[in-house]
Amino acid sequence: MSLAVKVHLRLGTFTLDVDLDLPMDAVTALFGRSGCGKTTLLRIIAGLQRAKGAEVRFGERVWQRGRQFVPLHRRRIGLVFQEHSLLPHLSVQGNLLYGYRRTPEHLRRLQPPEVTEMLGIPDLLDRPIDQLSGGQRQRVSLGRALLTSPELLLLDEPLAALDTQTKREIMPFLARLGSEARVPMVMVTHAPEEVERLASRVVFLQSGRVERNESLRQALARPDSPLFSEDGAASVLEGTLGTANERGLHPFGTERMRLWVYPSAASRPGQTARLRIMARDVSLALDDPHRISILNHLPVTVERVGQSGTHRSLVTSRTADGQQLLAELTSWSVERLALEPGSRAFALIKSVALIG
Amino acid sequence: MLGLGPEDWQAIELTFRLCLYTTIILLIIATPIAWWLSSGHSPARVAIQAVVALPLVLPPTVLGFYLLIVLGPRGAVGGTLESLGLHHLAFTFEGILVASVIYSMPFAVQPLTEAFNNLGRRPVEVASSLGANAVDRFLTVILPLTRGGFVVAATLTFAHTLGEFGVILMLGGSIPGETRVLSVLIYDHTEAMNYASAHRLSLLLVIFAFLVLFVVYGITRRFRVARP
Repeated sequence: MSLAVKVHLRLGTFTLDVDLDLPMDAVTALFGRSGCGKTTLLRIIAGLQRAKGAEVRFGERVWQRGRQFVPLHRRRIGLVFQEHSLLPHLSVQGNLLYGYRRTPEHLRRLQPPEVTEMLGIPDLLDRPIDQLSGGQRQRVSLGRALLTSPELLLLDEPLAALDTQTKREIMPFLARLGSEARVPMVMVTHAPEEVERLASRVVFLQSGRVERNESLRQALARPDSPLFSEDGAASVLEGTLGTANERGLHPFGTERMRLWVYPSAASRPGQTARLRIMARDVSLALDDPHRISILNHLPVTVERVGQSGTHRSLVTSRTADGQQLLAELTSWSVERLALEPGSRAFALIKSVALIG
Repeated sequence: MLGLGPEDWQAIELTFRLCLYTTIILLIIATPIAWWLSSGHSPARVAIQAVVALPLVLPPTVLGFYLLIVLGPRGAVGGTLESLGLHHLAFTFEGILVASVIYSMPFAVQPLTEAFNNLGRRPVEVASSLGANAVDRFLTVILPLTRGGFVVAATLTFAHTLGEFGVILMLGGSIPGETRVLSVLIYDHTEAMNYASAHRLSLLLVIFAFLVLFVVYGITRRFRVARP
């Protein structure tokens, strides 16, 4: 299954020139600054904006080509917008069921109880929507889109209008959607964190053109990745969350790598998850220090030492199970420890970002 | 009752019928026009907006004059009807109905455009993504969310048609049961020095118009829909 889009669109001085073929396995992020054309591209995929001469194909189905144009209501797309978009004259329940009722019975893969459960909204059903918080509204929007059993979910900066706390609250739900609801997603975002936590593929857009279209792994392997330009370099570790020990910490990792983390409210033991670790929160030691407050020590092998600004180095290393971990150190430290490709070290992780 | 004679009742019935038909027809016509006007900016939209608003500024005699020419036996519309074996529209109820629809058009289009502008396109896009087709979207999203605008448009259209005089006099004359509406009858009563009758009907219109506007402004406040 793939999504193919070919667009050449002029809007005043701005030109959107895109020719993309995206494998639709999980979550694709359209990443770029505001004004790069990512939302326009999403609207063309949805059929909300009719670009002349554009071609949009989803799997075997042609949505737009020449004069052929399938309107949005027949594309079986779920849409989630940036700002609050619940229908104000309907209750939560009314919103959730609006699309469900219009989905032919034989196409309904998801039922209201499982969706409300998945999103943690069973208690909100009878509320008028003006009594919901921003985070609750976005969860209801997500649920509403899912209940149409869409073949593709399009998200236009779904977290941008939320505060950091609420973002953290919603992100795990989004992360679980991909796997649990088995709906491919295309998400527009300008936040590296959202890409790193949610995406499996990322399309970098700049001034209406595709700069790169690569897997998240490839995007994170480049020290000059656009994902790192704002918040700094980061690594994504994948693993399974275990049950909490008596101190409330959960083991996380794979057979050959283990970390201790505090999970978010929405994550569940047994679930595969991602950990986002900022390179500046990682230190390297040649010996494993025991009398130290930092809990997470991972044996790693250095793969590459690169420059990252003046007097700073970005060290790329591999954990025991082969995952990439970046550490940002002073160049002096790199010299003192004589770190070079092949060196063995212990990565000390100061703070572990919540699980997405 | 109320000291009104049979010709007064006939005029009241006729006026009511004219207002009702005009309102129904205009709501049907004005809705797509208003939707189109509110869905973007283009020179064509500005032009149509100006044309729709023309009756607000033109003397009714100008409108009546042109309608008389177009709808009359030698006009484009009237002549075509004649050649099809039908009657032309000057001095007929159908003729003043056409005139009323054009004359009251801004009072239907403007509140609806305003309501659609306030609504924005997002709710409609949402409904499309949830599988609703155009009719479905209109009935389940647009109508419930802009019903204030529809009530205002309907009431203003009705009320404004009630006050129509010049256009009807030009196009329809004063044919009892056909074109002699209340405003024309009041004129006739006054011409005939029949002040008591003119007074009764005038007072009736004043009270009715006040009630209508009272209701409209009440609704406008409740729904926060801008007035024309």
